[in-house]
Amino acid sequence: MSAQGWRDLTPGAVVLDAGNAREVKTGTWRTLSKPVLKEENCSNCMLCWLFCPDMAVIVKDGKMVGFDYDYCKGCGICAFECPGKKGQKAIVMEEEKK
Amino acid sequence: MAVQINLKELSKKEILLSPGHRLCAGCSAPIIAKMVLLAAADYPVVANSPTGCLEVSTCISEYTAWKVPWIHTAFENAGATLSGVETMYRAWKKKGKIDKDVKFIAIGGDGGTYDIGLQSLSGAMERGHDLLYVCYDNGAYMNTGIQRSSATPLGADTTTSPAGTAIPGKVQKRKDLTRIMAAHNIPYTAQASPSHWSDFFKKVKKALEIKGPKFINVISPCNRGWRSRLDDAIQLSRLAVQTCYWPLYEVVEGVTKVTYKPREKKPIEEFLKVQGRFKHLFTPENEWIIKKFQEDIDQEWERLLKEESRDS
Amino acid sequence: MARVAAVTGNEAVAEALRQINPDVCAAYPITPQTELMQRFSSFVSNGKVDTEIILVESEHSAMSACVGAAAAGGRVATATCGPGLALMWEMLYVASGMRLPIVMAVVNRSLSAPLNIHGDHSDAMGARDSGWIQLWSENVQEAYDNTIQAFRIAEHLDIRLPAMVCMDGFIISHSIARIDYLEDDPVKNFVAEYKPVHPLLDLDNPKSFGPLILTDKYHEYKRAQHEVMTRVKDVVLAVAAEFEKMSGRKYELFETYRLDDAEIGLVILNSAAGTAKDVVDSFRERGVKAGLLKPRLFRPFPYEEYAQALKDLKAVAVLDRADSFGGYGPVFMEVCSALYPLAKRPVAINKIYGLGGRDFLPQHAAEVFTELEAIARTGRVKITKEYIGVRE
Repeated sequence: MSAQGWRDLTPGAVVLDAGNAREVKTGTWRTLSKPVLKEENCSNCMLCWLFCPDMAVIVKDGKMVGFDYDYCKGCGICAFECPGKKGQKAIVMEEEKK
Repeated sequence: MAVQINLKELSKKEILLSPGHRLCAGCSAPIIAKMVLLAAADYPVVANSPTGCLEVSTCISEYTAWKVPWIHTAFENAGATLSGVETMYRAWKKKGKIDKDVKFIAIGGDGGTYDIGLQSLSGAMERGHDLLYVCYDNGAYMNTGIQRSSATPLGADTTTSPAGTAIPGKVQKRKDLTRIMAAHNIPYTAQASPSHWSDFFKKVKKALEIKGPKFINVISPCNRGWRSRLDDAIQLSRLAVQTCYWPLYEVVEGVTKVTYKPREKKPIEEFLKVQGRFKHLFTPENEWIIKKFQEDIDQEWERLLKEESRDS
Repeated sequence: MARVAAVTGNEAVAEALRQINPDVCAAYPITPQTELMQRFSSFVSNGKVDTEIILVESEHSAMSACVGAAAAGGRVATATCGPGLALMWEMLYVASGMRLPIVMAVVNRSLSAPLNIHGDHSDAMGARDSGWIQLWSENVQEAYDNTIQAFRIAEHLDIRLPAMVCMDGFIISHSIARIDYLEDDPVKNFVAEYKPVHPLLDLDNPKSFGPLILTDKYHEYKRAQHEVMTRVKDVVLAVAAEFEKMSGRKYELFETYRLDDAEIGLVILNSAAGTAKDVVDSFRERGVKAGLLKPRLFRPFPYEEYAQALKDLKAVAVLDRADSFGGYGPVFMEVCSALYPLAKRPVAINKIYGLGGRDFLPQHAAEVFTELEAIARTGRVKITKEYIGVRE
């Protein structure tokens, strides 16, 4: 993208492609660990979906199905806030080998 | 009466803030922005941000995370910028060039709201523009590297109010912006927290149903500036509420209502001790600051409850 | 049919704005601009325009609201002067950087300190690098005509840049002079319906205004902005030609007065040019080949045309009603840059006059012409930059 010359720019620097930040894979920032879903402990409360700062919780038809690691920065808020079931978290942070 | 927010249903909605933004891991600003957009999902929204963390990180180098029309022009002028946009909308509406009921929402940090943008915000509120201003208050200039702002709490160690041997961090208490906004006699002012998301959603929804200027101040933990864990942003906002450091309340047409009363007010130490910016307070010579902190909170909480009982 | 009236400069520009009927005006009171927006506000209050007016709490907010409204998709106007323009400073660059064709009347006023409310050009000259088109006006008629043309220039699809129309505070803004007003319909047809480009309020196509652009592209954006400025000159002339057809009044990039065969000349802006023209006549009567050039388009500055117009002079004095402390006056710097490429060029001197509304009298112009006569004769310059009309 940086190869673009001055003649090709949108006048006034207006960004026309709403939501194109999606092209930036901020999941590469993750350094320590990543969240992993333990489905058996998940009640689909959706708090992880609500609290994820990076819109990286994948939800389908009211069910939590996993994480979009392209964007997950590994903050762990989802795991921290996960109420789980019977004292067992449905999201745990696991160390990641890169 | 109170609408129940069903998260399962809500999760079927598109979040109008895309991933790929460059806010720090564990930042609460995008959580707040996302909640605002979800709460406003019934309307077309035009958003605006003053310069700050949220702004630089969500629209950088021709990548925007905003799926709603969004504008940033400068740091100190979100109120005025959005006034212009909203006024133009009214001009078109009058001429029949637009028929939708559009909601105008500014989301700015405390630097751009409490400090440099206060005049512009005050002007917009006084003029009665139909807009909602949401402040995500992380209590310092985090974008420029954690300098103290008028929202920084007493005693906090920041890069311009460092806890030193002569001065133990910030020596002033924070400005009570929510009250200042309520003093504008606007139809709706509230304080909210992402931890109490249902309360927050209701406040945004309620605000958007009211015509005129609205203001919601939201506590926004910042792990870099507060020197806390990566994963405890929501927990810190919860502690802020439970200690009554950040009371949840609203002022609707001049009537104050506390929307959440902790069964037991937690001591302020529980909020302070998990943040590196207050670490230096836990020493014999600085204990008085914690005491003063607690006194201020107690006094303010009492005042708020009195105000509520006066109005009820 | 033209309507002849006797009005102040502020009144004339307010009337132009009434005829143009912008979508949004945001303004803040400041002497000597105040009367302009007062008059316009009365048009709003009496339903003479459809404009939504925003009476903001500062000039910074005035320009911010204008930027917001223009980005939203509106035709937008405002007015200010002196310290008000200085307070807008940051937002001037935002308006031009976002390519928003806001039109602003600048009722030229001095800058503090010391506080002074009278006319000089420090305000607009200080804003000359902000990416705004600048049109300067000698009198009430020109202020009115330039305002109407400014919308066409700024909004031209090849341009899309903000424009300021300058007139001297008090001297023009508050003096009553004869004016030929155009009728409403021709003005409305001339400016035509506004066509927004990428309006923020186009809800079906959400877009983001005001991104952070770092080292990878900021330089390119500025290069593009420069390119747009290079096209302004032609648009100014094309709009002037059309305006002449409608009004019978001719406008160019600058006005020359008895300059064709002149040997000595003045370059002087705005109201003082009117005074100086009389002095040109009196020197001509004495057989001195004196002439004058009055800038109109100062940004972008038409260097080649200036060089062409001034090349045959033996000596030229550039009179600045603003100082660039520690440097030469701003008009002088431009004129010298225009003359520099010429193999044979006139000797140039710079006079600073009329700061804070100090009267510019015919005797001042006469003294400068007398000095130019001597320079033309001897080629010797006593001093390049000098204050005139100043008590020693």
